[in-house]
Amino acid sequence: MSLKPLDVHFKVHLDLKKIELYEMGWNLKDGLRECLVAAAPYGGPISLLKGHNRRSPSARPQLEIYSSSGLPLASFPWKSGVVKQLGWTVSDDLLCVQEDGTVLVYDLLGGFKRHFSMGNEVSQSQVLETKIFHSPYGTGVAILTGALRFTLATNIDDIKLRRLPEVPGLQGAPSCWAVLTQDRQSKVLVANGSHLFILDNTACTPVTPPGLSPQASSIVHMCVSFSYKYLALLTDSGHVWMGTSNLKEKLSEVDTKIKTPPKQMAWCRRPKSQQPSAVVMWDGLLIVVGECKETIQYHLDDDSILVPELDGVRIISGTHHELLQEVPGACEEIFKIASMAPGALLLEAHKEYEKESQKADEYLREIKEQSLLSEAVRQCVEAAGHEHEPETQKTLLRAASFGKCFLSNFPPEQFVSMCRDLRVLNAVRDYTVGIPLTHTQFKQMTVQVLIDRLVYRKLYPLAIEICRYLKTPEYQGVSRVLKHWACYKVQQKEESDEVIAKAVSVKLADAAGIFYSEIATKAYESGRTELAIKLLEFEPRSGEQVPLLLKMKKSPLALSKAIESGDTDLVYTVVMYLKNELNRGDFFMMLRNQPVALSLYKQFCKHQEQDTLKDLFNQDDDHEELGNLYVKASYKEQRLEARIALLQSAVDEYYKAKNEFSAKTTEDEMRLLRFQRKLEEEKGELLVGFSLHDTMTTLLSVGLHKHAEQLYKDFRVPDKRFWWLKLKSLAEKEDWEELEKFGKSKKSPIGYLPFVEVCIKHHNKYEAKKYVSKVTPEQKVKAHLAVGDMEGAAEAAIERRNESEISTVLSRCSATTDHLLMERLNRAKATAVKK
Amino acid sequence: MHAISYSHVMQGFPNFFCQPNLREDKLQPRDFHILFVPRRSLLCEQRLKEKGVLNSFTNIDEYILDLIPYDGDLLSMESESSFRECYLENDQTSLYHAAKGLMTLQALYGTIPQIFGKGECARHVANMMLRMKREFAGSQTQILPVFDTLLLLDRNVDLLTPLATQLTYEGLIDEIFGITNGYVKLPPEKFAQKKQGEGGKELPTEPKKLQLNSAEELYAEIRDKNFNAVGAALSKKAKIISAAFEERHNAKTVGEIKQFVSQLPHMQAARSSLANHTSIAELIKDITTSEDFFDSLTVEQEFMTGVDTDKVSTYIEDCIAQKDPLIKILRLVCMQSVCNNGLKQKVLDYYKKEILQTYGYKHILTLKNLERVGLLKPQSTMRNNYPTIRKTLKLWMEDANEQNPNDISYVYSGYAPLSVRLTQVLARPGWRSIEEVLKMLPGPHFEERQQVPTGLHKKRQPGENRTILVFFLGGVTYAEIAALRFLSNMEDSGTEYIIAATKLINGTSWIKSLMDSPEENLP
Repeated sequence: MSLKPLDVHFKVHLDLKKIELYEMGWNLKDGLRECLVAAAPYGGPISLLKGHNRRSPSARPQLEIYSSSGLPLASFPWKSGVVKQLGWTVSDDLLCVQEDGTVLVYDLLGGFKRHFSMGNEVSQSQVLETKIFHSPYGTGVAILTGALRFTLATNIDDIKLRRLPEVPGLQGAPSCWAVLTQDRQSKVLVANGSHLFILDNTACTPVTPPGLSPQASSIVHMCVSFSYKYLALLTDSGHVWMGTSNLKEKLSEVDTKIKTPPKQMAWCRRPKSQQPSAVVMWDGLLIVVGECKETIQYHLDDDSILVPELDGVRIISGTHHELLQEVPGACEEIFKIASMAPGALLLEAHKEYEKESQKADEYLREIKEQSLLSEAVRQCVEAAGHEHEPETQKTLLRAASFGKCFLSNFPPEQFVSMCRDLRVLNAVRDYTVGIPLTHTQFKQMTVQVLIDRLVYRKLYPLAIEICRYLKTPEYQGVSRVLKHWACYKVQQKEESDEVIAKAVSVKLADAAGIFYSEIATKAYESGRTELAIKLLEFEPRSGEQVPLLLKMKKSPLALSKAIESGDTDLVYTVVMYLKNELNRGDFFMMLRNQPVALSLYKQFCKHQEQDTLKDLFNQDDDHEELGNLYVKASYKEQRLEARIALLQSAVDEYYKAKNEFSAKTTEDEMRLLRFQRKLEEEKGELLVGFSLHDTMTTLLSVGLHKHAEQLYKDFRVPDKRFWWLKLKSLAEKEDWEELEKFGKSKKSPIGYLPFVEVCIKHHNKYEAKKYVSKVTPEQKVKAHLAVGDMEGAAEAAIERRNESEISTVLSRCSATTDHLLMERLNRAKATAVKK
Repeated sequence: MHAISYSHVMQGFPNFFCQPNLREDKLQPRDFHILFVPRRSLLCEQRLKEKGVLNSFTNIDEYILDLIPYDGDLLSMESESSFRECYLENDQTSLYHAAKGLMTLQALYGTIPQIFGKGECARHVANMMLRMKREFAGSQTQILPVFDTLLLLDRNVDLLTPLATQLTYEGLIDEIFGITNGYVKLPPEKFAQKKQGEGGKELPTEPKKLQLNSAEELYAEIRDKNFNAVGAALSKKAKIISAAFEERHNAKTVGEIKQFVSQLPHMQAARSSLANHTSIAELIKDITTSEDFFDSLTVEQEFMTGVDTDKVSTYIEDCIAQKDPLIKILRLVCMQSVCNNGLKQKVLDYYKKEILQTYGYKHILTLKNLERVGLLKPQSTMRNNYPTIRKTLKLWMEDANEQNPNDISYVYSGYAPLSVRLTQVLARPGWRSIEEVLKMLPGPHFEERQQVPTGLHKKRQPGENRTILVFFLGGVTYAEIAALRFLSNMEDSGTEYIIAATKLINGTSWIKSLMDSPEENLP
């Protein structure tokens, strides 16, 4: 095959090429005449609404959807209202905007998805014109109403209607308008005669394009570039003004010399290109305008539409589908006539090499001498990416591969990924698939989105092949496609639940990250509950099973799945749901079988529904807990009678629970409360609520010794504690006489060291000394030390021949005053150690 | 900004938003936002909905806060009532968050190949982790594992350790003053700025707030030492610092002076750090040298060594008679019960009666709680197996070296925390050697392995340490952390420990969390 330089049409001001993408597979009688047409960018589907202007109900218009190659995807008679505009969303959904402002959404196979309204104001004043646009937030709809006001929704998946301000002086429909996105905000650019306004949320600002030719009295058409960066305006004088969309800069102005209004206008520009160029279409004529005065003209045989793309314009007619784009730099370098660019030379070299001619070496030398071989390889690879003909791609890639052989350390990534990309691109460009993506578009769109688009078209095997081929991580690739396949599969009515569940599980078995819950949801939505339950069994994440199970009213299963997950919030979700759904008896029954849920519910009740808690304990005959509940309640009660009544209930429950200790203790508590109240009434001492200990202390401190004694006996307070208590209270009162009496009343169960210490604590050494002699021998040393009697302490310690006690005394001696004592102690210590 | 957690919801937090002045403050329209911590809660949202205020929030979101780093080797969930919820109320919400936190940790530091555990909660967390791993199958990140092993330990496997008084420097600070979120508040008297000439006329009244972590060089050095070794370390440091300041006399050339000046900020920081810790150490010393402290410690050690654990302790009796703080009594009684594997019914009832009569009958609910979690229990017919456990695991070391420790028992001056012993045995020689003892401790023990993608198996260089993440479900004490750090630093250990816990606890805060006081006024 000989490779001739591409038919570069002209060299007037820029290089354009027109590539035939498809011969359309559809068979349209009247071509695109009288059709409402919408074609999605990125080689998306095409929708046609034939005869939409006929208003008679007898002849319903037909809505048809085709792939870019013209293969039918769907066709059905239109039964709703009058359609003003068709358009595609970023996720390949078809939007049909009706006269009354209702927007109907269909998937690309013609399935109705949903509808939404553009608001009352729109439905009252009717839709005059509408435009569907893409913003960073998604797909938007802009409507010009009969009242000449604009209403905008920037994202149809999260509709927030915005009514834009009025355009001053607007009497009838504006001559033209467009939506553009600037500063993350969608705005409308309106032309009313020669006046131009920008409408945003708050204001309508008049603007003037810099350097717009003065002959113009009206702007008749406008278009914004794919990236919203550039704007083209067509005036009634036939001039095309091109500039930036912020209207700060003019790029060029060209006279088309045609003064009739065009049918369509679009930008035709590749990213990063320096040259502005736009395409204007009239009946049978297409004019390309660029930087210089001359224009390029094409004749169109047929009614056509323009589809602006990121890097060119697609032209669809009744029979053909073409792509018009600026020739990419790399291709131009290589295929330009008599080009001496390194890529061109490398291509030539490889051609000669194939012919087994020595010229190959000459060409190679020439490149290598300029050290441009890697540049040459890069050019060839890049150019291959831009070519649509597989043969040309191959030739260029072979040349690149040939050149690579003479390079060491040339990074292979670019070459490898280009080969992969092209293989994918060729597969999707295939007539049967019909997605004519360019390499630039593909890179912009990403593989992820391409896979989605194939999935929308139900081309699951191809999607999976591509994922595998490109080694997309499984959960983003194959698994995702399989999930969509399964969602589709479960909606097929003709197959039985078993067959489908089996088919799905077999196919999805070892795919990672499959969300069975989504598939099950689909099955449930198509009315197949049993199938949904079967599928849910495969879901590893309990959290995902629960909401659907609840929706399907499979609450016991939902509850056990929630518990399995360990997510207590999820358990609460189910429990709260059940609480509202079931009657109390059934609800409690169900909880009883699920201890985890039961204890969580108890937690909830503890804080919010004390009465329910009581019922729960009653049901379980949990008397112990009931008792606790009453005790707790008794403390919230202010009135003593009620408090005692609650405690009595607690006592009853404790007895039923055979908890003697708790019952007796609570009885004691009641007894104490009654005693305290009685005494309060009699003596006016505040006592209720005090512990037994504190009550006795208080009584002793006010001199009610008898009453304290009574409590001591009634409550069988251990002697030791009572002695301590009395000792401390008497010392507190400094009632030394009474204390001495008490000390002599009988033998102290706590010994007499506490007497010494308590006295010292209250700074009464005199009283303290009285008790030292009564202290047991073991505590003598301590007692002597406490009252500061070093001699006595030393005496006692030596007598006991206890080494550590001697050391203690020694440590307290001061070297200056107790010199003699220390000597004695040291001697005693020495003998004690010897022993 | 309020961060709210589940417990806040239950305790009337939504009411705060329902006050009319907040709802109908039309003059000053305000935006309200909710950020749920650690996770969004259905109950809370429902409660807010019932109160009719859910829609007044501009934003409802969650801030997933599971594990909070407290130091280079320490993570805590700071989940206040985790132990109470798990063991008393059978509410395992905090365990779910723990498992989630561990998943996050694994997403950041790689799948942990080995999981060991002991206890019911540990089993539950491990199960959830394995389940979550299945759920996330396919979306794992390929990270070389940082941790070799995860050890999950239930607090109820070792109820004894938190009851004992911690004797490390940091442990004592926590016992005496309480460390909250890495800060301690200290009585101001000791920290009066002594400027020359003024002689400290005005004493500050605000408590002195200090941050405590290893970023402070001196603190890192002494925090884990036994308190008895802190004095020596401080005076050594003092000498070094004053020597460094003396250097200025030797600085002759401009260059030398410049160098000295450049070190000044660091030296001054070190000096003020030294001053602070000297003051803290003095405060602590006042307490540790008191007779009360000594007596109580003696009793603790008697219990831990098994002396007279089966009869009523005179010391406890006296403490009750003198109405010492209730928590002190509860700690001691629980300790006796744990060390005796339950008390004789007669003894138990006697203690209970004494406590109720002295501190009030309302504490009957607290006592029941302690019984339910196993801190207090009547002796069953089973033999007391604590002595066996003590002997096998060498929980009591007679001659603990406090100055230059050679065993973890230094952190309690003799008692080696059971939890840390279990960790130590796991690292070497392995749990198989103590199978019998493990069976005596509550809950199952288990081992799980997690598949690590091929190519991510860690190839350990010779001499490179293994890293074990020890997760305490129900809380960990500073002394236990000190013991684990000691193991990390042992020359031949070959293992490095990272510590995680649901909460940093001490005996007092722990017992407090289990108390049930209907009037909410704790003594």
